Amino acid sequence: MPTVHDWINNPLAVVDGLFAQSNSSPDWEKKVVEYFKEKLKLNDAHTWVPSLNDVPLYYLKPNSLVKFRCMVQDMFDPEFFMGVYETNDLTSNSKQVKCGKYKDITVGGQVDFNSRNTVTSERQTFYCVPIPGESQWAKESYAGTSQARVVPSTSYVPNRHKRSYEEDDEMDTQPQQLKDVSQGTQSSAESHGNTEPKRQETEAPSHDSSSAHCTSSLDLNFPLPGEKGPACLVKVYEDWDGFKLNDMLEVFGILSVDPALSVIADEREASSLLDPTEVTETVEEQRVHSPPPSLVPRLHMLYAQPLVHNNPLLPSSAPENNGDHLSSVLGELASVRAELHTYLTHVLMGDSLAAEYLILHLISNVYSRRDVLPLGKFTLNLSGCPHSSPYTEHLYKVIQQLVPSSYRLCMSLHNMNNQRMVPRKDYTANRLVSGTLQLANNTSLFLDETQLEQGQLDATGVRNITALGNLISWQKVDYDFNYHQMEFPCNINVLITSEGRSLLPSDSQVNLRPTLNPPNLEEYLSAVQVAQVPSQFNKYRIYLSGARALNYTISDEITKAVEEDFVEMRKDDPQSMSAEDLHRLLVVARLLSLSHGQNTLSRDGWMKAKQLEALRISRTQQQKSLSGNEP
Amino acid sequence: MFSPSSQSRKRDPPTPASEDPLSPPSQRSRAHDTSTELQPMPTSPAMDTAAQDVSLFSSPMAPRSVLQSEVDASSPLMYGTPSSRVEGTPRSGIRGTPARQRADLGSVRKAPQVDMHSEPSFDFCEQGAGQRLVIWGTDVNVGTCKEKFQRFLQQFTAPNSREEENAGLDLNEPLYMQKLDEISVVGEPVLNVNCSHIQTFDADLYRQLICYPQEVIPTFDMAVNELFFDRLPDSVLEHQIQVRPYSALKTRNMRALNPEDIDQLITISGMVIRTSQLIPEMQEAFFRCQVCVFNTRVEVDRGRIAEPAVCRNCNTTHSMALVHNRSAFSDKQMIKLQESPEDMPAGQTPHTTVVYAHNDLVDKVQPGDRINITGIYRAAPMRLNPRQSQVKSVYKTHIDVIHFRKTDEKRLHGLDEDGEQKLFTKERVAMLKELAAKPDVYERLSSALAPSIYEHEDIKKGILLQLFGGTRKDFTQTGRGNFRAEINILLCGDPGTSKSQLLQYVYNLVPRGQYTSGKGSSAVGLTAYVMKDPETRQLVLQTGALVLSDNGICCIDEFDKMSDNTRSVLHEVMEQQTLSIAKAGIICQLNARTSVLAAANPVESQWNPKKTTIENIQLPHTLLSRFDLIFLMLDPQDEAYDRRLAHHLVALYYQSEEQIEEEHLDMAVLKDYIAFARTSVHPRLSEEASQALIEAYVDMRKIGSGRGMVSAYPRQLESLIRLAEAHAKVRFSSKVESIDVEEAKRLHREALKQSATDPRTGFVDISILTTGMSATARKRKEEVAQALKKLIQSKGKTPAMKYQQLFDDLRGQSEAAITKDMFDEALRALADEDYLTVTGKTVRLL
Repeated sequence: MPTVHDWINNPLAVVDGLFAQSNSSPDWEKKVVEYFKEKLKLNDAHTWVPSLNDVPLYYLKPNSLVKFRCMVQDMFDPEFFMGVYETNDLTSNSKQVKCGKYKDITVGGQVDFNSRNTVTSERQTFYCVPIPGESQWAKESYAGTSQARVVPSTSYVPNRHKRSYEEDDEMDTQPQQLKDVSQGTQSSAESHGNTEPKRQETEAPSHDSSSAHCTSSLDLNFPLPGEKGPACLVKVYEDWDGFKLNDMLEVFGILSVDPALSVIADEREASSLLDPTEVTETVEEQRVHSPPPSLVPRLHMLYAQPLVHNNPLLPSSAPENNGDHLSSVLGELASVRAELHTYLTHVLMGDSLAAEYLILHLISNVYSRRDVLPLGKFTLNLSGCPHSSPYTEHLYKVIQQLVPSSYRLCMSLHNMNNQRMVPRKDYTANRLVSGTLQLANNTSLFLDETQLEQGQLDATGVRNITALGNLISWQKVDYDFNYHQMEFPCNINVLITSEGRSLLPSDSQVNLRPTLNPPNLEEYLSAVQVAQVPSQFNKYRIYLSGARALNYTISDEITKAVEEDFVEMRKDDPQSMSAEDLHRLLVVARLLSLSHGQNTLSRDGWMKAKQLEALRISRTQQQKSLSGNEP
Repeated sequence: MFSPSSQSRKRDPPTPASEDPLSPPSQRSRAHDTSTELQPMPTSPAMDTAAQDVSLFSSPMAPRSVLQSEVDASSPLMYGTPSSRVEGTPRSGIRGTPARQRADLGSVRKAPQVDMHSEPSFDFCEQGAGQRLVIWGTDVNVGTCKEKFQRFLQQFTAPNSREEENAGLDLNEPLYMQKLDEISVVGEPVLNVNCSHIQTFDADLYRQLICYPQEVIPTFDMAVNELFFDRLPDSVLEHQIQVRPYSALKTRNMRALNPEDIDQLITISGMVIRTSQLIPEMQEAFFRCQVCVFNTRVEVDRGRIAEPAVCRNCNTTHSMALVHNRSAFSDKQMIKLQESPEDMPAGQTPHTTVVYAHNDLVDKVQPGDRINITGIYRAAPMRLNPRQSQVKSVYKTHIDVIHFRKTDEKRLHGLDEDGEQKLFTKERVAMLKELAAKPDVYERLSSALAPSIYEHEDIKKGILLQLFGGTRKDFTQTGRGNFRAEINILLCGDPGTSKSQLLQYVYNLVPRGQYTSGKGSSAVGLTAYVMKDPETRQLVLQTGALVLSDNGICCIDEFDKMSDNTRSVLHEVMEQQTLSIAKAGIICQLNARTSVLAAANPVESQWNPKKTTIENIQLPHTLLSRFDLIFLMLDPQDEAYDRRLAHHLVALYYQSEEQIEEEHLDMAVLKDYIAFARTSVHPRLSEEASQALIEAYVDMRKIGSGRGMVSAYPRQLESLIRLAEAHAKVRFSSKVESIDVEEAKRLHREALKQSATDPRTGFVDISILTTGMSATARKRKEEVAQALKKLIQSKGKTPAMKYQQLFDDLRGQSEAAITKDMFDEALRALADEDYLTVTGKTVRLL
């Protein structure tokens, strides 16, 4: 067990120490960052840092080092602060030079604003929210790897908190096993020895319920409805231009929850009457930009790691390492793929073609853009899903189990007309009001068109449909800034389930053709799920995230062959093979190769892709003629 | 707003023992408890102070972070004269004109003059050589500064100035002296001074202005007033002239603001997103003693009023009461400015800044305006709680605005190319020029356009020319109005030929582009609609896509799916370049100088090569004739093409991004190239080019006349001119030469060949586009009508005939097959001649 380190519990002491040593030479700032980077690099040191994602805020020590896995939801204006300031201690009448970096509030004595030692610096504030739509299994797995020992000011033991999570969560089909493995023997002993009063103690202030309470008064601006977790104001001290909206980050920083930061609105108004210079911010703006730190803590960033993915089962570092990692599992990759295929076939009621396409869809990824054209996206439309049946819901649950983050959007008329999908700038509060389509990269968006009923779309509905269409065709969302629109590129995997052909565009439409007809759908599906060993799920997860990150090339030889093939196909029937078809075929070939763990397109892979497409097209055409016969 | 006694505020300059109620000791005690929150914030000992040391004055630099007032209070050198009030020089003209407080400069900040020679006790003045009087904390000597500025006003000429504001002035005479004359005529006591003029005149003065605006601008005020009343002693002005510098080159972008800019003069551009209500800010408080009715005035000091504790007349303590009605207030307004979208890096959200406007600048701007502002950047510490000494270690920043300049103001009236001119660095311009000098620049640029779309070279070239546009010509004086300079292009063709992609690309390329889809847009969405503002309950005009893309390109997808009603508004826009609106009591004409790039699908979902363009896309010919170029994007269906297409597409999927970069110019260069050409190149027709154009036109007409057809109309000539001009722009050439005309001719011919070929004869027939029908088709129509007439006449005197009977007779008689449509058309033609009428199933002769 790691001992609790000083640099975790009291990082500001380290900062102040380095500052004092520096004799006001400016390179101390770099030293601080270096120091923490070094510390975190040490074997698994980052797992000792408590995470805001799974430890409730009130258990964390103020001014301690914490980490936060989050998405940048909004960027506030840069602010100037006192990087170095001098205080007058009235009692001893001595002056002291202090460092204001990584702090919100000055400490000790009267600040001397006229000191020559004052250095003004600049920092940027990001409003960060937990990664929207993060699956339960991902959250738990992250929490499971944490070895943080939070020294409790209250009688807090991390394990017990996790128990309360388990009980909260009904959807958790994950057996105990996973956690037991990571937490070792001690935790299981603890969980058994849980007595009733203790449990009450931990559950009463449970974070989930408390945040639910407070959101009624303060909108935490989560992109998806019904999200939980802390939002955080992250103060960034360097290279803030390198971060982008909707980036996924793991932030290591110093937690600041000084209650003095919270400004009570009416007190504010009273003072603004006194002083006209104070009216720069409206009450709404105040609420957004200085919310109570008990709800929205401040985090002074020391170091942030951009997350390429949020799959806890894969190392979070650079993608090239991922390749190695996957190739170590590559031996069994073929079998994992086969098992996943069988599993999905069962879930899709015995339709193996649809299962194949679903795998391709799940590993698709916008890997590049040529001017406006996103390359590598693969939007799948599963048509032929029964109307208003619980089937799509179950299908979504299966996908949720496989991908690290996902969201199901029921395209009911009410949702389309009322939900805010496109983020919009609220100029009164000066913030970006989030919408459903503000999602991190590689989130699976499950559009359930079977929920659509007859009726009229109003203006919002039409806008929403347009936004969804743009998202699918161009992988971009135009955020509404009232006076103008701003385009934000995104990388979202869209899966549409519909009865007939979807009203939204899609790259590929597969008509579902069930070969099984179980009398009780729910029983059947849960039986299919139970049949999977949990470790099996983990393999699928690693496989899907890993295959997506693989590199891919096409050799010159194959290029020639593909060209020949295209010319040949057009010779027979130019109508059957347009440029668009070739686009799709190339994407299918790419994904098919990747799904087999191949880095390059082989002749064989190309033929397979063609077969697959031919099969799919013939099925769609059959369906067309079938439905054509119907009145 | 101004109390009548404001003149009395003027005191003679240096009087050591001021009668100011704020006597130094009392101020000192105040300073102690208020200083924590409201004193101006110290700047960091910025590096630029070191750089500034090469100044005219040898005076040493005081670190600016030391607060002035601290010295004010404790120093015996407290002269009690803020520089902003030194205006009262003993001259008749100035004395007669009240000085107006400059709230924008923070007039209350004390900046006493320090005689550096006589006071060596200050550690920072010990090197002071000679009798230098500088404003404390700066290197500004009031006398020198004033003299320099007066010299600037008297001598500066800007012979090459193209600025709008200088219109009507003689550019070879001193510019600002003319402006002073203007002030005396107009009576608006504001002198706008372009900082770049000062820079070219005296770089050091400019540096001082940028670094110490708070001290230098009042000095300028003083200088200009002296000069003005010297020249025109009898002028009557509302208040003394205020100098408003603009276009400080220090900062252009909000993102670039940093702590070093604090208290300096900056210029940034942005968009107004919110304006507050008017805030009355007290400038001077009026106190009256409750006991002896003694009156006194107290000026605002850093946002605070020091209430006199003791009446100076009767020595009663706490007897003074504030009289609001007699206090002086100034107007103030908070404005939120947001970064303009063009300045932002991708993937980030725009920044906002708080701006304060004072006095007559209040209510000058509305939300949505694009403006350039010049002002002083300020920062003040924030307190957490009035009762706590702890401070949030964050400063609040804002800009005190001195000058507004709307960048989009003139778009309503006329051309405004320089207002939105993007500033290019010299290197960038040199790079662009180098690119322009290459012989194949035209090909290079066109291939850089939407590289992911395969081939269609001519279409890309057409779009490229559209992006550049022709030269604007104004013929309003001869009654012809503006000549359209924008090039309109229509793409028609099979679905799936990446038309939409091309449109998306163009939309992303141009700064003022709009993208609409014919299906989704209504007439109001394109033009403008009137709505009630939820806040003010006033009717406001909301502009649609066409107006928004003024000076840009409006991309309209699925042009054919547009309702006729919607399409009809395009008629005006595409030729007159204006939009007339008459609804809900608002009647106006808006500029819509937009190029239209439209894409249309054939009606039968597949292009029918046996039909004409009009028949294929079913658009009214009146609209079609307004397009300069109509291209067909067809699937060519030949093997060589297929092979190249496949190669291109496969390459798309395996090439890495670096490879792509190497092959093509990147989008940013293309953007800059176009922006530069649009703003700085205005080609004119050369003699040789006009000859070539005339020949081309005559040739075009000749082709048709041989077959009794009209194959060219003046509109085509205008198109040719525009295309030639655009091509000259691509070359950065100020003259249109014959190679430009050649290319224009070629492109025009190509487009015609594609779209105006009569499928029946194989000839190019412009009348397909201008009248909607090819000449041969019209001829045949007439023949049928004549045949029908003959048939009816041969039947003798029958007043009425059966429709079906007549049709069958005609078919039997004619050699060529006659369709029902043709028959109907013939009947209609005869009805037009008043020869017969058709009622139901019977045909009656008249």
